[in-house]
Amino acid sequence: MKTEIIKTDILIIGGGTAGCYAAVTAAENSDKKILICEKAHIRRSGCLAAGVNALNAYITEGRTPQDYADYCKKDAAGIARDDLLLTMSERLNAVTERLEKEGLVILKDENGKYVTRGNRNIKINGENIKPLLAGMVSKLPNITVLNRVNIIDISVTDNRVNGAFGIGIENDVFYVIEAGAVLIATGGAAGLYKPNNPGFSRHKMWYCPFNTGAGYAMGIRHGAEMTTFEMRFIALRCKDTIAPTGTLAQGVGAKQINAHGEVYEQKYGLTTSGRVYGTVAENIAGRGPCYLQTKGITHEREQSLLKAYLNMAPSQTLKWLESGTLPSEHNVEIEGTEPYIVGGHTASGFWIDADRATTIKGLYAAGDVAGGAPQKYVTGALAEGGIAAHSMLQYLADGISGTVSGDEISQHECEITHFLSAGAPPYSTEQLEEAMQTVMDSYAGGIKTNYRFSGKSLDEADRRIVQLQELSDSLRAGDAQELMYIYELRERLTVCRTVIAHLKARHETRWHCFAENTDFPERDDEHWNVFVNSRFENGKTEIILRRVNSP
Amino acid sequence: MSIEIDRQKCVGCGRCRDVCPGTLIALDTEKRAYIKYPRDCWGCTSCIKECPVCAIRFFLGADMGGMGSRMYTEKHGDILDWLIEKPDGGIVKISVDTRESNKY
Ligand SMILES: Cc1cc2nc3c(=O)[nH]c(=O)nc-3n(C[C@H](O)[C@H](O)[C@H](O)COP(=O)(O)OP(=O)(O)OC[C@H]3O[C@@H](n4cnc5c(N)ncnc54)[C@H](O)[C@@H]3O)c2cc1C
Repeated sequence: MKTEIIKTDILIIGGGTAGCYAAVTAAENSDKKILICEKAHIRRSGCLAAGVNALNAYITEGRTPQDYADYCKKDAAGIARDDLLLTMSERLNAVTERLEKEGLVILKDENGKYVTRGNRNIKINGENIKPLLAGMVSKLPNITVLNRVNIIDISVTDNRVNGAFGIGIENDVFYVIEAGAVLIATGGAAGLYKPNNPGFSRHKMWYCPFNTGAGYAMGIRHGAEMTTFEMRFIALRCKDTIAPTGTLAQGVGAKQINAHGEVYEQKYGLTTSGRVYGTVAENIAGRGPCYLQTKGITHEREQSLLKAYLNMAPSQTLKWLESGTLPSEHNVEIEGTEPYIVGGHTASGFWIDADRATTIKGLYAAGDVAGGAPQKYVTGALAEGGIAAHSMLQYLADGISGTVSGDEISQHECEITHFLSAGAPPYSTEQLEEAMQTVMDSYAGGIKTNYRFSGKSLDEADRRIVQLQELSDSLRAGDAQELMYIYELRERLTVCRTVIAHLKARHETRWHCFAENTDFPERDDEHWNVFVNSRFENGKTEIILRRVNSP
Repeated sequence: MSIEIDRQKCVGCGRCRDVCPGTLIALDTEKRAYIKYPRDCWGCTSCIKECPVCAIRFFLGADMGGMGSRMYTEKHGDILDWLIEKPDGGIVKISVDTRESNKY
């Protein structure tokens, strides 16, 4: 691999939702040099690759940004940051208008008003949302995009970021990028836990399997403060296809019912975690499988559903048609997924201030990688990208630039050379990945234990994850892509350790399933209405408790 | 669930390889696209939508209840036709107008 050094003002790691929008915002408001490094290709990368079904975060008529912020905080049982939620909510409608201007199709009524779905959603055709964003990026000459460059680490000295290191998957280049400000927008982490279908369809998961927690891991490694990793996200989805259920539940009003046809959702609460918990509880009680009651919907509605799913989760339409289980004749079976860490749905991620600055100087975070603001979704990720862009421009106003030391460069070159050298590792990267997922599934609250864990089981999980980290030193790669797989595994292992430490730290069960602690099965507001934060220092995860409402 | 690429139809433009969010598609020595890591497909269908000659088809694995059908798309201006070919050769077509929003 040959080394190439690039200098830029702003580096954006991950050209997904937040990353693309941040780049566009920075480019439109300055003449700074902006570089996006994207491990795939910005045209169809990350969460938006398949398209989305609705804009889940929008301030509908008669509602205020404060209402949205209040809703998010309530759904998270109080563990969310008011400042982050409000600054995000205030921008949801502006980013939506911008998307529409760029060509996003949004459903309107006869008066030209957006048609809403429930109180906070609007209906769109989200199939081409990522190509639209990529198109905005490509029109701006001060943005350079390096596709198929996987960032493996950031450069930090004296708690200040100077740039990052990446590998060109297709051109065998080791990139050293020097930057004044860096935005991490790598999304959340999938693939930590054993998935629903671990065989041939192992990647048919809800969250994007190519978002491997790289951003979290880079921050953790360099001692950035992280928040709420114990609030895992488990999606309630259509069985097997893991297609969204909102279109059925909110779109056609389908209720959650058990195998006896009883509506059970009221029994367990209508929060996001409550809906998963209810489904798990009904199954444990022998009243499964559980379904969304679609039987009896009209032919016209069914046709619309078939199309809506083609725009966001085509496998569901295929499943309905090929198995002859059309939703008007058969209720749609639902199940919980394996847990993910995803700051766009729950509150896990970097601990940031209202400028989206992390605790490392010059390093910003936006989208699913940023913590404290659950229920961001697409529009919230865009909003955060926009805020972070303005903050970075302000930060750079002092004429800051980044320089990466020769020592750091050679250290990373050595590591890469080691992984690419000949060797006879006892296990393959794939085997270690499966081992990690099995450990997390068995001991850290995976599907196997109905998401439950105890202090003792977490200790066992941590012990084994550390062993896997040691084993991962021996891995070898035949090419740059296999090298990326090694780094992805190591990122996930780093994230796993932080998840375990956070699960262990919260001595209560605040969110069923998301953090179901059998040692402390009750919610304890007196002691635990706090953020569980952490910093990785000298090989250990130090837990920091912070009061809610005091950033 | 994964995809298969028809070697006969593939024109080697590389667009599917470019857009795959998981970098799972490669071109062989004769510049024909193939899926290098079939088990790692997310099923996003980006490649199918980008392929100019409809050479890519999508299927559900048996482990997720697949019944052997193949799904592919054809573009006619703003209309995106989704076609499902069943094992008995029967074809189901659903046309989506890309200028129309989801109703639900
Ligand atoms: C299946 C699914 C359906 C959804 N449906 C909806 C919906 O209908 N409505 C809604 O409002 N929200 C929806 N969401 C949520 C929403 O899509 C996300 O919250 C949002 O897109 C996250 O944006 P992001 O920028 O944080 O992540 P992404 O858009 O995923 O961007 C992360 C980017 O970083 C890249 N990357 C990762 N690691 C590296 C690395 N090491 N180096 C370089 N690049 C890297 C990735 O390839 C990717 O392009 C959905 C999410 C999923 C997963």
